[in-house]
Amino acid sequence: MEILVCVRRVPDTSENEIQLNAAGNDIERDDLVYSINEWDNYAVEEALQIVSRIGGTVTVATVGGEDDEEVLRREMAMGATHGVLISDDAFAGSDARGIATILKAFVQKGKYDLILTGVQAEDGGALVGGMLAAMLDYPFASLVNSIEVLDQKALKISREIAGGNKEINEIDLPCVLSIQTGINEPRYVGMRGIRQVASIPIPTLGAPELGLDPQSIGVSAAKIQRVDYFTPAMGKGAEMLQGSREEIVEKLFELVAAKGGLK
Amino acid sequence: MVEGFRSPAESTYWWIQGHTLFLMIHLLGLACFLYIAAKRLRPLLRAQADVRFDRPLQRLGKVFQFWLGQWRHPRYPAAGVIHIFVFAGFLLLATRAFSLILGFSDNSVSFGLMGRIYDQVREYATTVVFFCMVILAVRRLVFKPARYAVPPKFGRGHTGDAVFLLALIAILMLADSLFEASKLAAQAQQGQPAEALAFLSLPWMLEGALFAASWSTLHTIYLGGYLAHDLTFFFLLCYRPFGIQFHVETSLFSIFFAKLDHGTLKPVRWGIPDEQLDQVKSFGVKTFDDFTWKHMLDFYSCADCGRCSDNCPANSVGRPLSPRFLTIKARDYCFTHYPVVGKAGNGVALIGSIYSEDEIWSCTTCGACEQECPLLVEYIDKIVDLRRGMVDEGKVPQSLQKPLKALESRGNPYGKMEKKKADWTKAKEFHDDCQVTILDSGKTAETLYFVDSVTSYDDRMQAIGRATAKILDRVGTNFGILGAAEKDSGHEVRRFGEEILFMALRDSNSEAIKASGAQRIVTADPHAYNALKHDYKDLPPVEHISELIAREVKAGKISFHPADKDKVYTYHDPCYLGRHNHVYDDPRSVLDAIPGMNRVEMMRSRDRSFCCGGGGLMLFYEPKEEERIGVKRVQMAAEAGANVIVTACPFCMTNIEDAIKVAGLEGKMTAIDLTELVEKQMVREVSNESETAVHGG
Repeated sequence: MEILVCVRRVPDTSENEIQLNAAGNDIERDDLVYSINEWDNYAVEEALQIVSRIGGTVTVATVGGEDDEEVLRREMAMGATHGVLISDDAFAGSDARGIATILKAFVQKGKYDLILTGVQAEDGGALVGGMLAAMLDYPFASLVNSIEVLDQKALKISREIAGGNKEINEIDLPCVLSIQTGINEPRYVGMRGIRQVASIPIPTLGAPELGLDPQSIGVSAAKIQRVDYFTPAMGKGAEMLQGSREEIVEKLFELVAAKGGLK
Repeated sequence: MVEGFRSPAESTYWWIQGHTLFLMIHLLGLACFLYIAAKRLRPLLRAQADVRFDRPLQRLGKVFQFWLGQWRHPRYPAAGVIHIFVFAGFLLLATRAFSLILGFSDNSVSFGLMGRIYDQVREYATTVVFFCMVILAVRRLVFKPARYAVPPKFGRGHTGDAVFLLALIAILMLADSLFEASKLAAQAQQGQPAEALAFLSLPWMLEGALFAASWSTLHTIYLGGYLAHDLTFFFLLCYRPFGIQFHVETSLFSIFFAKLDHGTLKPVRWGIPDEQLDQVKSFGVKTFDDFTWKHMLDFYSCADCGRCSDNCPANSVGRPLSPRFLTIKARDYCFTHYPVVGKAGNGVALIGSIYSEDEIWSCTTCGACEQECPLLVEYIDKIVDLRRGMVDEGKVPQSLQKPLKALESRGNPYGKMEKKKADWTKAKEFHDDCQVTILDSGKTAETLYFVDSVTSYDDRMQAIGRATAKILDRVGTNFGILGAAEKDSGHEVRRFGEEILFMALRDSNSEAIKASGAQRIVTADPHAYNALKHDYKDLPPVEHISELIAREVKAGKISFHPADKDKVYTYHDPCYLGRHNHVYDDPRSVLDAIPGMNRVEMMRSRDRSFCCGGGGLMLFYEPKEEERIGVKRVQMAAEAGANVIVTACPFCMTNIEDAIKVAGLEGKMTAIDLTELVEKQMVREVSNESETAVHGG
């Protein structure tokens, strides 16, 4: 099976202290460390596991700049067969629809049976996967937390439903799935693995190679503009439960039960 | 010789001339043994390289201490003393056995007075060994010490094998004694001047018992005793390479080739320099052949005594790790895949077949097993090699992946900003009292205080950093810290098998340390201490703060206010300060220099200290266990009657403080770091007028 995984490089929320820039429309990016978007990492692991069961290749692609090659290398060190950097100055300022347009052009250059994305990016809005599927006129399922390959034409997938329930679907190939964390346990990639794939060339494709009209992408085509970015003011502090240990346990139990945490 | 007694060689056994029969037995026995030994040697020849032929004198010293001297055996007094008797008996009897076998008779070595003395000693040796076998069998069958038990998941019990072996040795002793007693009984019957058997020895008793027997019975016993001795001897020789009894042959070599350098780790591959590691296709141990030959030899030498697991903190709280079975499983694997008869099998991945991932991650590398093993079997290097193999294949628990990634991008497992590394020095009250220089942009100091991640970033452990800085300041040390340029020492990164990441951290720190121009390094974190001392190269000398404090106390530069009267202190030895670096006395001498100090020792202290649960990345690992290791440790302190646990390691502090809460001892027990206690008790200005100051030392 030929699988494409669309990945993104994002500021690592666990290793950064996110602060607003002076203009107040973005975060301060000088001292940030980046990593692969967590959901995308699960998607790549899932693709690798499918390929190890039934054969095929895994291609990882990202829309971004030179720096984003880092995450492609990391995923190739995990075992992805190919990495492709989709990069062009014309892409700058694209909104989610623009990114989906670029990815659609890329998908149509190849022949993929299955396209995976993360459910969302740490700094995104869970938009691209669905848009890409719609543009390609492929079936789409979101929040996927297990995949079983039925044959070369269909998959059996399960989707996470609120309340921890699962919904099982059959979906025709080719399709687009957005992958939920927890679907698997992604393998570890260390510096050694990354070094071993350091010399594998990663092709860069721009707007001309993908046959994209610059008017359809980038800042000019974007219909959404970010106008503000802020950290909400801290709300009321935590509620301290008072009383003896038994009373505290009882109150806690009631609170959790009231919020539907206990059945 | 007794009238009518023919020596076994000259006798006829079932129409076979004794000479021919014994020659056949000996040649066959020897050939079998050599064949089996060659088969056992085979995996060692296919194994990874290991550097074990250096420093031969030091190695001989180990042989004298641990093999001939049986140094570690009395750590378990009952079994230890019995083993010493048996071992000594075997050494004494070896000459006899060879003379019996080579000479087909009993009188090749007994010449003159020396011969007679040897005979007496030998008769006692036979007796002692025989009765030791009886005692050991009773121990195994009746008393059943817990450490010999085999948990069901590791297969059937080993008692049968053990008793069978004991019986064989007992038969050997009995046969030898019967052979001798029957001859002397016959001599005595004939009124010949017989040499006296050692009083109360086994042959002496048997001679008494046989005195009334007929001549022909005695002759049959005489010839039968020899045959039984001969057959048992060769059966044992060929049976030994099939189980724990193989240590009789291999222990000498295991101890000669034992690891000489404490606190160090083996390189990924012996003989391959760091810069060529990229060309190494596979890291660590994945299949059996990835072990080094010495590590395979360890598997052969293990005597299944269970002391390792008896002392293993992971094993004691029900984690899926038992060092004993780490070895036994590998040896069983080796015997199955390198059989004596048949073809050697192909390399199966060890993880997933004989070992589980959790089993290998469960080890805290505390070193208690290695400290206890009478045969100096190594465990930490094997565990780390197995982890290197798992890391290489991406098999790393999810809970460890984040901290490892953070170490890669930020140089600390918490993912905190580098620029905040020195924030602990900015606490208002502390900063008013003590300013810590950051050795950046060309600033230099004589002493570098290496803080390491946990003390720099953890709110609670920052207090240890501040206490350390104050002590350094008070004794007039010209010191500074690296600040943002300091990365994690990588001690646990390396011990968790991530060698390449460790090397990156090491190189970055080494460069920063050299750039600081410091003449010496001091740290309050035993893990950093061990890393800088053993894992790094070409650094200025490294000291743990307890060593420095002990020296300053001795020199009279530090004196203390009297200790709190209601407090009973106990000192918990951090593994990487004590066991791995032998710093046991300095922290204790510091404590004892505090006037009025009421200090007790826990049952398990010094080299038998019990790990707190593990430091560094181990804090992120979520082990499968029945209770926390730290809780056990805190209970040990309570049993010793202490209400303050003093330690000298930020990770011990983390684990012990947590464990005090979990154990429900909050309010009854507290933990304090040695630096915190010293800083608290220290007389600020040491002057002659000071009345409360009492010099320690």
